[in-house]
Order: sequence, then C-alpha cells, then structure tokens
Amino acid sequence: MTEGPLPCRRRPFRPDRIMRMYTYAFKRILTAVTVMWAVASIVFLAMRLVPADPAMVVLGEHATAEALAAFREEMGLNRPLTVQYWEFIGGLAHGDLGRSLITNRPIADQIWSLFPYTLNLAISSTLIGAIIGIPLGVWAAIRKNTAIDYISRIVALAGFSFPAFYLGVLLLLIFSIQLGWFPVLHQIREGTLWEHIYKLILPALSLGLIQASYVTRLTRSSMLESLEEDWVRTAFAKGLKPNTVYFKHVLKNIMIPVITAIGLYMGTILGGAILTETVFNRPGLGKLLLGAIAQRDYTLIQSGLVVFSFIVVFVNLLVDLTYSLFDPRVKYE
Amino acid sequence: MSKTQAKNPQPEHRLDLLREIWKVLKHDKTALFGFIFILGIVAVAILAPIISPYGYSEQHILDSFQGPNTSFFLGTDEFGRDLFSRIIWGSRPALLVGVLSVLVSIGIGVPIGLLAGYKMGWVDRVVSWWVDVALSFPSILLGLMIVILLGPGIVNVALAIGISHVAQYVRLARGPTMAIRNLDFVMASKALGATDLRIAFGHILPNIVGPIVIMGTLSIAGAIRMEASLSFLGFGVTPPTPSWGNLIRDGVDNILQSPWMALFPGLALTFSVLAFNMVGDSLRDMFDPRAGLGKKKG
Repeated sequence: MTEGPLPCRRRPFRPDRIMRMYTYAFKRILTAVTVMWAVASIVFLAMRLVPADPAMVVLGEHATAEALAAFREEMGLNRPLTVQYWEFIGGLAHGDLGRSLITNRPIADQIWSLFPYTLNLAISSTLIGAIIGIPLGVWAAIRKNTAIDYISRIVALAGFSFPAFYLGVLLLLIFSIQLGWFPVLHQIREGTLWEHIYKLILPALSLGLIQASYVTRLTRSSMLESLEEDWVRTAFAKGLKPNTVYFKHVLKNIMIPVITAIGLYMGTILGGAILTETVFNRPGLGKLLLGAIAQRDYTLIQSGLVVFSFIVVFVNLLVDLTYSLFDPRVKYE
Repeated sequence: MSKTQAKNPQPEHRLDLLREIWKVLKHDKTALFGFIFILGIVAVAILAPIISPYGYSEQHILDSFQGPNTSFFLGTDEFGRDLFSRIIWGSRPALLVGVLSVLVSIGIGVPIGLLAGYKMGWVDRVVSWWVDVALSFPSILLGLMIVILLGPGIVNVALAIGISHVAQYVRLARGPTMAIRNLDFVMASKALGATDLRIAFGHILPNIVGPIVIMGTLSIAGAIRMEASLSFLGFGVTPPTPSWGNLIRDGVDNILQSPWMALFPGLALTFSVLAFNMVGDSLRDMFDPRAGLGKKKG
C-alpha cells in the first residue's frame, strides 16, 4: 500500500499500463464467464440429483403412465442429460431461462418483472449502509478511544450478531404494530412512486443497518491503518490542518477499498433479501425462488439460483474492474 | 494472517494455544463475558428437560396467545405451548448445528487448503478456481440448494451449512501454508525424509491452528444465524421440533395476535450469536491486532 507515488500527484501517461489494463480486464471477464458456467453446471447437476420426479410432482401421484410420459415429452425431460444440459447452457447464453414446470410461463419474464423490486431493495440497503457506515467509521477512527469510538464498536458488534431478518421483525414490531406508521404487509400493487418508497423503507433499513455495521468497522480499521502511514505524518508535518489531512487525503485513499468491500457485500445483501422479502411479504426474486421451492418447480428453482449467482458474479466483476481503473497502485499480473 | 505466522515459525503446541486463549479470556472482559454466556447456553441445552417448566410440545389450548405472565414466563403460542420452554429446547438445534457444521467445514476445507497451498501448481489453480466459484454463491443460497437436495432435518442442515462454508476454510488454510512451506523447518523435515502427508499435517497444520480456531468460533456464530435463517424459511429444523428460527417464523405468522412470539426467540438467537462473536473477535485481536474491532492496538 505504501509503495508508489504520493496519492495526490497526477500520474503520467503510460501506454504500456493501459495495454496491461485491457489484458487484465479481458482476463477478469473470462474468469467471470467460466465461473458463471461452473455455477450453472453445478445448479443443473444438483437439480438432477434431487430425489424426485418433476413430472410426478406436477401431475400428482395418481397420474397415469401415459400422462407422465406425455408431460416428460412436452417438457423435454425424457431426453438424454447431455442434450438437456447443452440446451440449458445455450439458453442461458441467449437469455432464455426456459419455462416454469408448473405455470408453463417463460421464466425470464417472471424474473424480469420481479427483478426491479429486489434491485431497489439491494441498492437502497447498500446506500443506507454507506451513508451511515462511512461517516461513523471515519468519526470513530479520528476520535479513537472516545465515546463515539466505543459506540461505533458496539454498533459493529451488534450488527455482526443481529440476523437481518430478525432486525426486520423488530422494525415491524416497533413501527408497524406499536406505532402503526407502516403497514404490516408490504405487498406492492400499482402505486405511486411515493407508495413504492414508503414500502421500501423498513425492508431497506433492516438490511442497510446491518450493512452499516460492516462498513463502519471496515472504514474505521482502514482509516486507522492509513493514519499510521508515512505520508500522513508528512502531511501533518508540513502543517496541513487535521481536517484537510483526514478528509482530503486519508478519506480519499480509503474510499477505494471501502467501496470495493461495499460492492462485494452485495452478495450477502442479495442473500439477505430472500429473508427480508419473506419477513415483509414483499415481492421479489427471493419470494419467487422460495415459492418455486415450495411448489417444487424445478426449472424455476434452477433458473432462480443461476440468476441470483450471476448477479453476484457480475457485481463482483464490475467492482474489480472499476477498482483497477481508479486505483493507480493496482498492479496487473 | 500470513505475516504473523511467518514471523513465528516455531511449531505451536496445542497446550500453548489453550493457554493463549485462556490469557485472552482472563484479560478481556468482553471475551470472558461472551465465554460465560456460551457456557450458560450449553448448560441450558444440556439441562433442557430439567429446567423447562413445560414440555416443548405440551399444549394448553385454552391459554393460547398469552403474553408473559406468572404461569407462562414468556407467554404461549397459538396452541398454548409455553414459549419459554420452547426457546430453551431451541438452544439444542442451534448449538448442535453450529458446532457440527463448523466441524464439517474444517474437516473438508482445511485438508484441501493445505494440499493446495503445499502442492501449489495446477492443484492450487484448480482449487482456487473452485473457491472463486463457491464464493460467488451467496452462502444462504448454497445452503438452500443443499437442503433441497438432502431434505430438511438437523443433521442435513448442519451438513448444508458446513459444506456451504468450506471455501472459506480452504482459503484460510491455503494462504499461511504457502508462506510456511518455504520455511527452514519444513525444509529440514523434508531433508530428513518426511512424507508430504506428514509435513502437511504434522508440521504445517499445527502452525495454522490459531487462525482456524478463531475462524471456527466466528463461524459458529454465523452457522447459528444461518440455521435460524433456514429454519425461518422453513427449510431447516422443521416443526414440531422447536428451533429459534422456526419460532420466529411462527411469531411473524402470528404477529398481529401476539408480538411476544417473534420477539423472545429472536433475543435468544441474537445474544447467542453475539456471545460467540465476542469471543471470536477477542481471539482475532490476539492473533491479528489490525483486523477486527481493535481493542488492543486499534
């Protein structure tokens, strides 16, 4: 971290570096694609290992042999595994997720119609986490071993221990049941923008407050780490005001790792969304997936799992690429 | 982590590790408090049949949806079952799954990590790639997928949670192993003719036990939380066996009738997770003062 030029100096134009950056980006994208392929393959295999016959599940135990055979024929379940596999992978590459076993509707449509709800939830939780976590972490680091520092530690430890769904339950108990400020069920039908935001507040808070504790902890420790470095001492020694050092120099330097971590935390947020959507009865990908599991709609489970992890891989890729773009100290291997 | 390990190449004795942990507990009030709390939960789990005032499925249908009162300390659920007793019994699956799943993760992950870090080359590349794949699944999804495969139940949930966290232990074991494998004492035992297996498990493993223990403690906290999450979703410990997760689910389903039903099991869950986190955090400070909450050095 300490290597390289001072962070405030403008970096010179280096064509070789740009070339290496492209190579890095290409390699990174290639890795992401192979990871997606592996994830899709694992999910496909796992769904074939489930000890249940999808045709039996859909048609019931008393279905005749002919009906079962016809259903398998229609859904393509009687073809060799390799054919099904390549069709699944090929479909994914084209954005075709197949059809639901139960409703026979295209899965992609269902997922697209619910995607915005989960995306809104994830983004607003992330924002809440950053807006609370970064200032609290910075403040705690600057005023180390004071009351605010202790508060930040307690917040961090509490956030580490609170299951997000239980925090959701508590928010529901306090703000919906006791105070009556919010509805108990957060189902969303057609509504104004305000109504959407209104029903987003509690779910987003339940995930965002947990994330805030992670961000606080991370910001605080990276800030403390940076404060011990030589260039900070130099900045102080040349007579800069403490606030200039803290906010113009140190904060700027720790923002990259902090934002990276926030981005990488997206996977956990998406996982948490499954629970949060259940607590608040909010539509979304999580509810869709759980509904599919309950109905044993194997094609929908399969695609749901794949889409969820694709989103995570994609966000990670995005974070990695922007990270290398913004931090001149990143070395490309 | 690898840095501190590299500085202390002398093999650590198991007794030393216990002594170190005891030292942390003695000096760190938070850790001690957490530790005592954990002992308390263990005692409650073991003594559940003795200390719970009612059986966990004993129904008092006339007394359903009661708030806390003298005969039902924390109230009752929709079938008039005593919530306090059910929470006490709920500590069993929580601890069982917590410990079992961590053992599963360590049992699978650490040998793979040792192998990858020690052999390097293509083994390492393949393992690292798989770790990347595994970590790109949110762990709750991975857990869900495995539970769909295995079916619900305490042991299956422990397996699912354990397997879904294997990748983290692979990574944890791999890093320090790569740092240690080139140290003199490993070279020396190689020169003496020790087999790879012996070097990996006999010489390298004792040196990375510390981080594994810390991670294990913190993982128990995570595993308890995940067991509750899966049970909450209905894919973990299934009724009538009470688990904190499915108790919270019952509470949410009946949130309008009785707010207590969701509140109390969640408190038990949160405080238990907190206790394990307190101990794990302090242990981490001992090994790596820069990470974590930084009680010692900041």
